[in-house]
Amino acid sequence: MSTTDDRPTTETAPAGDGTPPRAPVTQPRLGAVGWLRFLWRQLTSMRTALFLLLLLSVAAIPGSTFPQRSIDAARTTQFITDHPTAGPILDKLGFFAVYASPWFAAIYLLLFVSLIGCVAPRSRIHWHQLRSRPPRAPRRLERLAAHSEEVVDGTPDEVRERLRGVLRSKRYRVHAHDDTSLSAEKGYLKETGNLVFHLALIGVLVGVAWGHLLGWKGDVIVPVGDTFANSLSSYDTFSPGPWVDVNDLSPYAIRLDRLDVKFETEDTGRGQFGMPRDFRAYTTFTTPEGRTEAREIAVNHPLETGGGSVFLLGNGYAPKVTVRNAAGKAIYTSATPFLPQDNNYTSVGAIKVPGAQPDELGFAGFFLPTGVIDSEQGPHSTFPDTLDPQLALTAFSGTLFPGGGPQSVYTLDTAEMKPLPGKDGADQLRILLKPGQTYELPEGRGSITFDGVERFAGLSIRTDPGKTLTLVSALLALAGLVLSLVVRRRRVFVRVRPEEGTGRTVVSVGGLAKDDDEGMADEVAAVLTAPGGTR
Amino acid sequence: MTDLTLAQLSNLSVYSAMVVLTLAMLAHGLYLARVVPAREAVAVEAPERELVAAGGGSAPGDDAPAVPTEKADEPAGARKAAGIGHSLTVLGTLLVVAGVVLRALEVHRWPLGNMYEFAIVGAMFTLLAYVAWSARRDLRWLGVFVTGPVLLVLGAAITVWYTDASELMPSLRSVWLAIHVTVATMSVAVFTIGASLGILYLIQDRVEAREGGATGRAAFMRRLPTARALERLTYATHIVAFPMWTFTVIAGAIWARQAWGSYWNWDPKEVWSFVIWTVYAAYLHARATTGWRRQNAVWISLAGFVCVLLNFAVVNVFFVGQHSYSGM
Ligand code: HEM
Repeated sequence: MSTTDDRPTTETAPAGDGTPPRAPVTQPRLGAVGWLRFLWRQLTSMRTALFLLLLLSVAAIPGSTFPQRSIDAARTTQFITDHPTAGPILDKLGFFAVYASPWFAAIYLLLFVSLIGCVAPRSRIHWHQLRSRPPRAPRRLERLAAHSEEVVDGTPDEVRERLRGVLRSKRYRVHAHDDTSLSAEKGYLKETGNLVFHLALIGVLVGVAWGHLLGWKGDVIVPVGDTFANSLSSYDTFSPGPWVDVNDLSPYAIRLDRLDVKFETEDTGRGQFGMPRDFRAYTTFTTPEGRTEAREIAVNHPLETGGGSVFLLGNGYAPKVTVRNAAGKAIYTSATPFLPQDNNYTSVGAIKVPGAQPDELGFAGFFLPTGVIDSEQGPHSTFPDTLDPQLALTAFSGTLFPGGGPQSVYTLDTAEMKPLPGKDGADQLRILLKPGQTYELPEGRGSITFDGVERFAGLSIRTDPGKTLTLVSALLALAGLVLSLVVRRRRVFVRVRPEEGTGRTVVSVGGLAKDDDEGMADEVAAVLTAPGGTR
Repeated sequence: MTDLTLAQLSNLSVYSAMVVLTLAMLAHGLYLARVVPAREAVAVEAPERELVAAGGGSAPGDDAPAVPTEKADEPAGARKAAGIGHSLTVLGTLLVVAGVVLRALEVHRWPLGNMYEFAIVGAMFTLLAYVAWSARRDLRWLGVFVTGPVLLVLGAAITVWYTDASELMPSLRSVWLAIHVTVATMSVAVFTIGASLGILYLIQDRVEAREGGATGRAAFMRRLPTARALERLTYATHIVAFPMWTFTVIAGAIWARQAWGSYWNWDPKEVWSFVIWTVYAAYLHARATTGWRRQNAVWISLAGFVCVLLNFAVVNVFFVGQHSYSGM
C-alpha cells in the first residue's frame, strides 16, 4: 500500500513542472469553505498526526515531574507552598492536573479527530480494494524490483494455468486481464490490520471516557468488627463521574471479621526488616438480596460485588481509648483510626470528645506500634507490628468544631482551643500511654485510658463500566498492529510467450512490494520454481 | 544448597560473564579491525528499477544483499577473531542465563523484583536476542555494539543497583509480575539492539554522504552494512519490540487494576511507559510518512530509547510513585 494514494494527502503538485509560479494577485481566493477544506486536509495529514503524537508525549511528561493533585493532594499543596511564585502560576496552567488540563485534552482530541479524518477515507478505499482485482501487469516485467525469466516446457496457456495454481496455493488473489499474463496480489490483511489498529485506538479512548463519566470510586476505613454498608453516606470520600446517579448504589454490606497483616520479622541486614509481606481481610459479604457469604480480600485480589470491586489498599491501627469525666463516668469509648505516615506505621490522629464538661476535649498525637521517643526524631515507630504499642498525645480544651464546618478526622482544629498545661509547669501537657494505662487529666477534667489496639482496613470501592471496552479495544489494537507490521503486501505478475520455433514457453515473473521487502526476489524465484508450476 | 551459596554462585556467574563478554567484545573489535578489504568487491551499481510498488505507489526496489556475505574475501585472521568472538558471546550468554537462574533459585520467586534483577535479565534477553538472530544472518559486525552496551549494563547492575535477595511487596506478588515485567524486559532488550543499529545507521549515512556513495566509506565503517541495510535492520528490530511494548503497557494496566483498583493512575512509571509508547509510535509513523527523511525517523526512535533509559535509571529511583520497588 502506498503512502500516497490511500489517504488524503496534503502534498501539492511537484514544483518544477515547467509552469512558473503564479503571482499572488491572480491566485483564486480560498473562501471560507476552501479554508475549512484546507485546514481539514492539514489536520488529517500524516505529518500532523506525527507532530501531534510527539507533542502528546512531551505534554505527558510534566505529569510525572510535578506532583499531581488527583494522586497526592498533600504533596501538591506542599509544592505550591514551597514555590510561592511559580506554584500558583503552574497551578493556573494546569501543571498539577496535567491529564485533566485543557491543553492535554486539546492535543489528544485533535489527534483523534485527525485519526478519524484519516482512517475513514482509508477504510473506504480499502473496502473497495478488497473487492477489486489486482491491476494489469506492467508491460516490461524486467523493470520491476524483483524479476526472473526462464524458458520452460509446455504451451504458454498450460504454463500460465499451472502458475495460476502455484499463486493460488501461495494465497495470492489471481486475475488474468488478458491471455498472456496473470496479476496476483496478497497481503490485504496488512492494511486491514492497520485500520483495525487505528480504529481500536478510538475504542480505547471511548472506553476511557465512558469509565470517566459513569465510573465512581469511594474510600472508607473499616475497623475490625465493623460493617460497611454500601451507600453514599458510609464513604469517607466519594468521587463520582459526572453522569453517576449516586443514589443508585447497590445495597450490599461488608463486615470486616478479621485482618491479617504480616511483616518481615527477620532482620537479614538487607533493609527488608519490617517490610510488608501480606495483607488479608476476612469479611462477611451480604449481597443486596440478603445472602451472606464469607469472602477474602487481599492485595491483588479484590472482592467483586457486582456493584463495584472492593480493593484492600491500606491498613492501620485504631487505638481504643476511654475518656471519663471527673465523676468517673465514661463519656467516650471508641477505636479511633490513626493514619500511618511511614513504613513503620508511625501514625497520626485525633481523638475528639465533644461530650466533655465544662469544655470540649481534644487529643492529638501519635500512635506508635513499636514506640521509641527520642529528642532527635520525636515519637516514632521502629517496627510496623504492635511489639510495644504507645500512644503519645497532647490535650486541648475549647471548641472542637469552630463554625461547625467539616474537618479531617485525623487532625484537631485548635483555632479555638487551648492546650492543657503540663503538671510541672510546662505549658503543654504530654501524655504517654501503654495499653491498660490511665492518665489523670489536670484541672479536674477526668482521665483518659488506653484500652488496646485494633486494626482497620482501608477499602477502596470502584466501578469502571468502560474497562471492558477499553481492554477489548486495546487487545484488538495489538492484534491489528501485529498484522499490520508482520504481513507483507505483495504483487506478482506473470507474462508468458512462446519461444520461437521450440514449442517451449518463455515465462517472465516480476514482483512488487510495499516498502522495503527483502524477500521479494526470493518470492519471485519461489513462484518460478515451485513444483507443479514450471517444474 | 543454601541461599547464600546460591547468591555467591549467581554473582560469580555474572562476574565471569563480564570477563568473557569483555573478551568477546575485544575479539569482535579485532574482527572489525582486520576485515578491511572485504567489502570493496560488492559495490555493483544496482540497475535502474521501475518505480512502481504494490498498491500503486512508489518505493524504489532494491535487492542488494543487506549484509556482506562474501566471507571468502575476509582475511583468515579476521574470520578467526569473529569465530572466537561469537563463541565467547555464546559462553557469556550462558553464564548470564546461569546467573539469572541461580538468582531465581536463591530468591524463590520470579527474578524480576528490583533494579538489579531487571538489569541482569535485560542483559540476558539482549544477548539471547543477538545470539538467536545471528543464527539466521551474519551479524558478526554487530557483536561489539551488543556486547558493549550489555557490559555497561552488567557493570552498573553489579556496582550501583546490586540488591541482596529479598521477598516482594504484597502488591508485586502476582502472575502479572512475571508476564508484564518479563515482556517489558524483553522489549527493552530488543529496543537496545535497535538503538545500536539506529546509531550505526546515522553514522554510516553521514559517512556515505560525505564520501560519495557506498563505495568510498571510511575504513572502519566500510566493514558494516550499507546505511540502507542498517536502516532496514533498525526498523526490523523496532517492529518486533513495539508490539511487545504495547503488550507490556496493556498487561501493566490489567495488573494495576488488580493491585491498585484502577487500570491507569498516571503514576510516573505509567506516564513514562505511555511516553515511550507514543514516541516509538511516532517513529513507525514517521517512517511511513511520505516526505519524511529516514534519518529523522531514526532520530525519533533514539529519542524513544532515551525515554526507555530515563524510565529505568531515573524514574525508578527519583520519582515518587506506586512503582517503588523493594530495596531500590
Ligand atoms: C492516536 C494516534 C495514532 C497512533 C498511536 C498511531 C500509531 C501508528 C503506528 C504505531 C503505526 C505503524 C504500525 C502500522 O503500520 O500499523 C501507524 C501507521 C500508520 N498510521 Fe497511525 N497512528 C495514529 C494516528 C494516525 C493518524 C491521525 C493518521 C492519519 C493522518 C494515521 C495514519 C497512519 C498510516 C497511513 C499508517 C500506515 C503507514 C504505512 O504502513 O504505510 N495514523 N500509526
